[in-house]
Amino acid sequence: MVKRGLLIAIALFPAGLALAQEGGEIEVQRAHADIRDLESLRRGAHDFMNYCSGCHSIAYLRYNRMAEDLKIPEKELSANLMFTSQKPFDGIVSAMPSDAADWFGKQPPDLSLMAREKGRDYIYSYLKGFYVDDTRPWGVNNVYLPGTAMPDVVAGVQGLQQPVFKSEKDGAGSDHMVLRGVEALTKGSLSPVEYDGFARDIANFLDYAGEPVKAKRQSLGVFVMLFLIVGFVFAYLLKKEYWKDVT
Amino acid sequence: MAEAPESTASNGLLAWIDKRFPLSALWRSQVSEYYAPKNFNFWYYFGSLALLVLANQIITGIFLTMNYKPSASEAFASVEYIMRDVNWGWLIRYMHTTGASAFFIVVYLHMFRALLYGSHRKPRELLWIFGCVIFVALMAEGFMGYVLPWGNMSFWGAQVITSLFGSLPFVGGILVDWIRGDYVISDATLNRFFALHVAAVPIALIFLVIAHLMALHEVGSNNPDGIDIKKHKDSNGHPLDGIPFHPYYSVKDLVGVMGFLIIFAGVIFFAPTFGGLFLEAPNFSPANPLQTPPHIAPVWYFTPYYAMLRAVPSFAGTQVWGVLVMGASIAVLFLVPWLDRSPVNSIRYRGPIYKIMLAIFVVSFVILGICGLKPPAGIYPMLAKICTALYFAFFLLMPFYTRIDRVKPVPERVTGHG
Amino acid sequence: MSGDNVDRIGVQAVDHDRRRLLTAATAGLGAVGVAFAAVPFISSWQPSVRAKALGAPVSVDASKLEDGQMLKVVWRGQPVVVVRRSKAVIDLLAGHDDLLVDPHSDNSLQPRYIKDAGPARARNPEYWVGLAVCTHLGCSPLSAFEPNNAFQVAGTDLGQNWPGGFYCPCHGSKYDISGRVFKSMPAPRNLTVPSYTFSGDARIVIGVDEAPPSV
Repeated sequence: MVKRGLLIAIALFPAGLALAQEGGEIEVQRAHADIRDLESLRRGAHDFMNYCSGCHSIAYLRYNRMAEDLKIPEKELSANLMFTSQKPFDGIVSAMPSDAADWFGKQPPDLSLMAREKGRDYIYSYLKGFYVDDTRPWGVNNVYLPGTAMPDVVAGVQGLQQPVFKSEKDGAGSDHMVLRGVEALTKGSLSPVEYDGFARDIANFLDYAGEPVKAKRQSLGVFVMLFLIVGFVFAYLLKKEYWKDVT
Repeated sequence: MAEAPESTASNGLLAWIDKRFPLSALWRSQVSEYYAPKNFNFWYYFGSLALLVLANQIITGIFLTMNYKPSASEAFASVEYIMRDVNWGWLIRYMHTTGASAFFIVVYLHMFRALLYGSHRKPRELLWIFGCVIFVALMAEGFMGYVLPWGNMSFWGAQVITSLFGSLPFVGGILVDWIRGDYVISDATLNRFFALHVAAVPIALIFLVIAHLMALHEVGSNNPDGIDIKKHKDSNGHPLDGIPFHPYYSVKDLVGVMGFLIIFAGVIFFAPTFGGLFLEAPNFSPANPLQTPPHIAPVWYFTPYYAMLRAVPSFAGTQVWGVLVMGASIAVLFLVPWLDRSPVNSIRYRGPIYKIMLAIFVVSFVILGICGLKPPAGIYPMLAKICTALYFAFFLLMPFYTRIDRVKPVPERVTGHG
Repeated sequence: MSGDNVDRIGVQAVDHDRRRLLTAATAGLGAVGVAFAAVPFISSWQPSVRAKALGAPVSVDASKLEDGQMLKVVWRGQPVVVVRRSKAVIDLLAGHDDLLVDPHSDNSLQPRYIKDAGPARARNPEYWVGLAVCTHLGCSPLSAFEPNNAFQVAGTDLGQNWPGGFYCPCHGSKYDISGRVFKSMPAPRNLTVPSYTFSGDARIVIGVDEAPPSV
């Protein structure tokens, strides 16, 4: 029994990692995503539309911009990524009604700029941070946003997680149970490694959605720098030449 | 210096203009026959760079205004519109935000040069004062510009800074409402800040910069040795240690410009938010009067002053002392030409006391900036108090230590050339 | 360059050719740089993605239109009408060239394929598509599609042998049912026809010449 439990624990180890601490705060995990990885972005777009767009808009991103940047053919765009009556040139708006705050306690925020505000790694971590908590209305909480109003929409793919508490002494010297991480409770349809990729792809996609021009900006920047460096060399030679006059 | 008239069309045109407008005369007196000391070094790049950044802010600013909407309901979305839908809008926007931070870096270094070589001293006191007024105008411009995107930090930063005025006795409350145009930062505030930021302050800045350059050209530039190059002139009446601005400094400033542009482009294309210092993360979510960002801090270039504001405790039931200290930290700059009692201009010939005090001043200013960025916890509050004291010590003790400081003999002619 | 600082200029002879070359090269690079830098600013004046989105093609279903009926949609901020024409009306189109200012649409605005379509001025003569914007001062003309009905527009006598068409109430311009303006009218040109195409028997996409690949 113990041996089997140990085996399961070892198998679930990546998901059950206690999260590093920083002065009481739980540190965000690094996503290690690459914004130039179009495959990852396409998966992320697909997963976002299927798991997130029911409640969350990314209204500043137009469907056709996404299709163009991620090289998604138009057929696939309308077949797999557009679920409302919107047109390709529209921004991606959720069908969630504007009184959703009544159901959730809070209107699901637009996620267009979430990656710029909180960071891609935060989104990745957040998607991995849900745990069961029966004190909450939806029965879940999140390590990275305590008291989150969002239900655990990833429970199906990730499985449920439970909190890990550690005993720590507070300033006055008395013991407290402090939340230090999460560990797997049940299995989801994806393995921990697969789910990790799922979270990473969505975070990567939202990073793209925050600034669609980022990859192009960086590649243009290389040319600009080269041009300026050549210009600098010429300006320097010109200066040296004229300053021969000055003793 | 009359040229023999030539029959080329362009010379004919130039002669026609010169009879009606002193174009060639201005070119000669301000550029091609304006003599500047030949020993300008690295610290002398920042004046022309400041002019370059001013031009950048104006041009990119005008183009941003073509698509920006200055109303509380549309401002935030209009900035995203510029970033995503307007062709090359993202580049224009990043040039403007990077330029704003670049402006302060360049201006701080430019002011530091003056303290190094005594460029604030007689007969350049008015030049220095114009510079201080430009600095104040620049701070106003930067503050108001930051409000315009109407992000959450725009809103709360404006809320905090405008409410400072509320601590002034008697007039405080009325003053704050008057500045805001409302009981809280609102659409009224945004619209007037837009008018000031886009029209009023830039126009004032342009006039101030012209006055600053006129004051400079009236007495001529200082130099790293701090000596007066006009004391020794050649048979033509030109300073022996002077060289015409054009072509020597036009060509040298071009190198400075290229070097600056490399760094400028590096930031724009590879790190436009500069780790959240140039474009702050909370500002990527819209202004929300009901939710304060976890940590309100002004943009990095204001953080030294913010740290001083927080360093001064409440006393006799009012917080106005912090506001007054913050104001004094800028007001004291205007007095520097008269606080500095040294017999020499340049740090090269001053004694160890000034060197130590200046170093302490710079380090304190930087530490104050770091304190201003951090929440007021841990060692930072104490550090801020100490550095505020050191900041003021640099200025208030200056009449004493500059007088007693040992000085070295100042050369007659400049040493070295750029 | 000043020549009077002779004693401060180095003993080295000045190589004017090298100076000229370096100056020209640097100036050339600078000019190229300025041109590159100007492109984003000038380009920012092009219609933005939002403008293009708002100006996107509009798809219209005209299958429910009966003879003599018209529907109106907005495209790029302007009214576009689709008129269902009976064979009788279409046959009348060839018979009044002498009454028209520009029977062959030489001076009006329409795609090549519309001009080439002759009096019908349409891809499919059964449906006439055009901008309902009078070429005089921009009012929206009214429908007067019944032939030989001189008083179908209240308060107006359209004249005998009225072939069916449009009547603009602002200053009285009359057009036939292909939008061609009659002589002696305030309006100078025929009604403009935008690009359009059919994506189905009665499905009209306004704003494009070719139907986008079917989704």
